[in-house]
Amino acid sequence: MTTKAAAQASGYLADSRIRWTEWLPWVAALCGFFLLPEYLALGARILIFILYALSLDLIVGYAGIITLGHSAYFGLGAYVAGILSAKLGVTDPMVQLVAAACAGAFLGLITGAIILRTRALTLLMLTLAITSVLLEIANKATSLTGGADGLSGVVVAPVLGLFKFDIFGKTAYLYCFIVLFVGWWFVRRMVYSPFGTSLTGVRENSLRMHAIGAPVYWRLVLVYTLSATIAGVAGGLITQTNQFVGLNVLSFESAGELLVMLILGGVGRIYGAFVGPVVFLVAQDLLAKQFPEYWYFGIGVMLVLVVMFARGGVLGILDGILSRLRRKA
Amino acid sequence: MNAPQTLALETRSLCKTFGALTVADDINFRLEAGARHALIGPNGAGKTTFINMLTGVLRPSSGHIVLGGENITQVAQASRVKRGLGRTFQINALFRGLSVLDNVALAVAERRGVARRTWRSASSYADIRDESLELLSTLGLAEDASQRILDLPYGKQRLVEIAIALGLRPSVLLLDEPAAGVPSVESHRILQVLDNLPKHMAILIIEHDMDVVFRFAQRITVLVQGQVLVEGPPEEISKDRRVHQVYLGEQRHA
Repeated sequence: MTTKAAAQASGYLADSRIRWTEWLPWVAALCGFFLLPEYLALGARILIFILYALSLDLIVGYAGIITLGHSAYFGLGAYVAGILSAKLGVTDPMVQLVAAACAGAFLGLITGAIILRTRALTLLMLTLAITSVLLEIANKATSLTGGADGLSGVVVAPVLGLFKFDIFGKTAYLYCFIVLFVGWWFVRRMVYSPFGTSLTGVRENSLRMHAIGAPVYWRLVLVYTLSATIAGVAGGLITQTNQFVGLNVLSFESAGELLVMLILGGVGRIYGAFVGPVVFLVAQDLLAKQFPEYWYFGIGVMLVLVVMFARGGVLGILDGILSRLRRKA
Repeated sequence: MNAPQTLALETRSLCKTFGALTVADDINFRLEAGARHALIGPNGAGKTTFINMLTGVLRPSSGHIVLGGENITQVAQASRVKRGLGRTFQINALFRGLSVLDNVALAVAERRGVARRTWRSASSYADIRDESLELLSTLGLAEDASQRILDLPYGKQRLVEIAIALGLRPSVLLLDEPAAGVPSVESHRILQVLDNLPKHMAILIIEHDMDVVFRFAQRITVLVQGQVLVEGPPEEISKDRRVHQVYLGEQRHA
């Protein structure tokens, strides 16, 4: 219609069909499976963190809720799956995953209903408080969680009774791949829906959303609950692939790292959640091998560079290059 | 003449105090159906406070607000919108990163109860898009539908401000200084839009620009220090000595 099209993905003018570039991450993930068999454990971890970062992008990038406590839902999902298996003998991975999802949803709904009445710094502090409380509960309830020693003895039966988790991590990788694909599909539909557009409305101007009669609070509670559900699933996956749960899944550091991954990739654009964990976890892997004591320094430098020179993250840089090329053409 | 059922909006003994400060003092205000009514008064007269009480941003200290015969004093902001009360903002309150069309479509979708749907894509709701586009074209903004607000000149942003409110199809529309900050060369566009607003819509306009007020309003209420000083048709108001003293006199010599 006009020369300057809106730079956003969703909305009432957006073409919601899947573009060919959106298949690239999946092709890359499958190539990784065949070409890098010795890295499948790292690969599965990346896939899980993509799902986890995707859940964070939904509330941070689309709804504009800043949180440092998203590990609460991830950690709860991880512990629910772990406790079900190690303490209650429920070994079916699907049942564990559904339980982790339900736990995340439940906690997301309860805590979201309370903290989303506040905003900005108060909200940030409350998200921190929630994950701190959960961490302390997990630390003290040693009979259930193993406390600081962690929860071992997690057994996961074959997926659908057919595909056994092997020591090379092939099943785990493909299993995470499929769960991530389903998660991505849900998130993508939601982002493109009227609900997703109304979330961007809340992010852009919540005052005006109230003035057009939107139940802003309930919209936020809903998206927060959905996000917590997905984080719970990601937590369940990390337990199933590690067959162990440590206290670190609930830590504030892991929530912070997740936010770093999302910022590295690019906030509020779905695929930032794909790029960020890849960059972060691969860099972490490489740096930890080269400089075991200083690897965090490298991550820090990367983050500083992104925040100073590329606010849109890696995908923001790509956008800039593409639009410059198009202008020349 | 003033049968109660023709009133679109009414306040009864509306008061608001912040501690010892009284910002609304026993305001009895009546807005007829289809009215073109202006609320004027010097800075700090309590006009914005009054609007904020009408829309539900502020709770009055005492008194009642009646919308279309229904007491809405305790009704939440969003529910008042659903009951037909729309507003615009003195300082642009737009979705700056979104397209012009999305700005309007958000309001249209909210009114039609579509906004909470999570499954089908927003762009598949052709009726929402078409209605929004139609509304934009009546305001002369059809060309700009896919532009982001950020990239739009200020005068057009003021029009989007009105377009969002019209997307709600309100029975009562509160316009908070619609031409604020727009150079007079461009403000004629906004005046045109105001002239063409649906006749059945009751409109209350707050405005400092007396040319706009006297061209648009059929009735004027003058608010001074939280109190209604005088109310009447423009001819009467422009002749009223008290009004000249507190407001028009200063304005004309400024």
